[in-house]
Amino acid sequence: MDFGPHLMLALIEGAVLSAVLALTAAGLSLVFGVMRVVNVAHGEFYMLGAVAAWFVAAAVGGAGPAAFLAALALAPLAVCALAAAADLAVLRRIAHDPERTIVATIGLLYILQQATLMGFGPDARPVAPPFNARIAIPWPVWEEGGLALTWPWGLSVTTYKLFVIAAAAAVLAGLWLMLTRTRAGLVMRATQWDRETATAFGIPVERVYALTFGLGAGLAALAGVLVVPIQQAHYLMGGDALLLSFIVVIIGGLGSLPGTLVAALLIGMSEGIVSVFFSPTLAKILATLLVALVLVFRPQGLFGAAGR
Amino acid sequence: MTLATTTRRGALKALGAGTAAAALPLWARYAGAQSAAPIRIGFQKHATGIGATYGRWYERVSQAAVKRINEAGGINGRPVELVTEDDGTDPKRGAEVVEKFALEHNCDIAFGTLFSHVVMGSAPRAGELKLPYFVVSEGHHVASGALNRWTLQPGITDVKSQVRAMAPWVAANLGKKVTMIFPDYAFGHDHRDNFSEAIAAAGGEIAGLIAIPPTETSFTRYFPQVPAETEVIYHVMVGPGVLTFVKEMGEFFGPSRPQVFGFIDSLEGVDLTSPGLEFLEGTYFWEGNPRYAQPDQTSHDKAYRAAVGVDDNGASVDDPRDVSTYAHMFGCWETLNVIRAGMEAAGYAGPEDRQKLVEAVEAMTEMPLSDDHPQGAKVFNGKTHQVFGPQYISKVEGGRLNVVHTASIEDGMYPDEVDYTTQPF
Repeated sequence: MDFGPHLMLALIEGAVLSAVLALTAAGLSLVFGVMRVVNVAHGEFYMLGAVAAWFVAAAVGGAGPAAFLAALALAPLAVCALAAAADLAVLRRIAHDPERTIVATIGLLYILQQATLMGFGPDARPVAPPFNARIAIPWPVWEEGGLALTWPWGLSVTTYKLFVIAAAAAVLAGLWLMLTRTRAGLVMRATQWDRETATAFGIPVERVYALTFGLGAGLAALAGVLVVPIQQAHYLMGGDALLLSFIVVIIGGLGSLPGTLVAALLIGMSEGIVSVFFSPTLAKILATLLVALVLVFRPQGLFGAAGR
Repeated sequence: MTLATTTRRGALKALGAGTAAAALPLWARYAGAQSAAPIRIGFQKHATGIGATYGRWYERVSQAAVKRINEAGGINGRPVELVTEDDGTDPKRGAEVVEKFALEHNCDIAFGTLFSHVVMGSAPRAGELKLPYFVVSEGHHVASGALNRWTLQPGITDVKSQVRAMAPWVAANLGKKVTMIFPDYAFGHDHRDNFSEAIAAAGGEIAGLIAIPPTETSFTRYFPQVPAETEVIYHVMVGPGVLTFVKEMGEFFGPSRPQVFGFIDSLEGVDLTSPGLEFLEGTYFWEGNPRYAQPDQTSHDKAYRAAVGVDDNGASVDDPRDVSTYAHMFGCWETLNVIRAGMEAAGYAGPEDRQKLVEAVEAMTEMPLSDDHPQGAKVFNGKTHQVFGPQYISKVEGGRLNVVHTASIEDGMYPDEVDYTTQPF
């Protein structure tokens, strides 16, 4: 493949990865920002979203978009409720202590993963995309007599992949508006700023925590639902999602939504480009190196506020 | 924080009690071992990890084979019992499981491993423990001489043999310039090295080699490396990402795809009618054993399907969406039947006869098509510990696989690379 079309393909792949990553990492970042909880089970909520999407789509049945739309609506809600229940049942009992919650969420990771293996099985299962037309992308070349369009072999995108990018952008914009423009967002930001003062002002902090944990998990689950027509639901799919999300929130700054978005674009695009032109292993090496550099020179992340 | 206080004396006491408890049932068992105690076969199962789809079906088939053997009177008048342990599809854990079979579960033999890296990790320990280790792995590592006298593969052919049987057909019918896409570890390298050699011998050439890390989940980024002059794509992938791989290959090439020849490993356990797989129509697959019942189905295949609970489409009779790993799992059935034949020939009575069992299996040669060997007739090579058998090439037509070519046993033969019988026990 020529350089130009090849780069174009790399950018498209990178954009899809960035979109999914931004959603997942935003959930992780939100939970950390508000609750100061490092949720190690975050990748499993992403996996549960994909698995729940399969169950909903299989229950609805049919080849049309109805099955996927039902999954898109129901699966994140179900995961959200499960996560809120996990917060009330487990994390609240250890007082959201930063160290103990890490251990608790590691336990949660294994419980969710193995329960999925027992209930859902070890197979990778597909959900049909609501639409999936292949769009061949034209490429301009200079020929004698001016500009001409060619259709390079393999340069294409599917409508569903474009939809994933648009949907992720819309959800993140919605999240931003919710946090900055609504009362719920105000309450969450107040809790993030100072838990004790918030309690003194009558904010039901425990309830805010449960909802935040649910919302964070719901965002991951939504990313899982969006990705399942591209990559099937599988009980081990949460591992990579967790790792990349951590990389993104460390680079972007824990608790900073704009930082998360910028870092997701940075990591997604560089992963797309480096892995297309060099090797995926090199892309992972570079991402890890970037994390190390950020931790050394700017521990609060690119956009994070320095500790108070 | 308070730690539970452990004294040296307390620990020793507990250890002593544990040893005694573990030892007691052993004596009890030995008292009656001459006649009725069951033969214990340690089954190393990929219950978790990337091999879990295979592990589940390997266990179903093994249980069905054991049931059939027991209904026919067991082995040397003794019932057979499977002792299943999960190895997590992990080489380190695999070696521990083998050790557990020998030292803790008092198994007579170990059996059933598929993934080549787990075999590579486990076989040395089986050799040290002098435990006969029957693998169902299709890796070339047994016949290559990399393992030891205690490791045998009598129930499934190896990659080298499969690939040599395929290459002439690919060159003659699909094209001469082949680009290979394979997983970047031992199993994929077996494919790369042996197919490259075999296609050159058949007058073809390799246009490109694309190695993909085994944990990869996204594949579009690799396809631009396919050279434009490619006439045939040869793909063999394993693990949970396989469906994504095939789907993205279809999206990448669109309507202008080259010929595609794959190993069914790329879609083992996956429903061919899954969304996104439509583009496979008209492509070809190697199959170890045809997933869909063919018009010329033998009575042996019919009996085997019924025994393991698989319908004519290769899916579970209980759930048509639960597609089996049909091209590989027959290996468990056939291996267990070889073990029975070997134990009967050796007059196997207990662990002291393990060496006799290995020698008895090494002495085997012809294995005719039968209910014991439903995939086809086989020839066992006692020197290399590897069996040879027929291979199938199927074409995807109307969402099912129809066999278009059957490669003979001789097509897959190659010169010996090792003589394990000269190695000491």
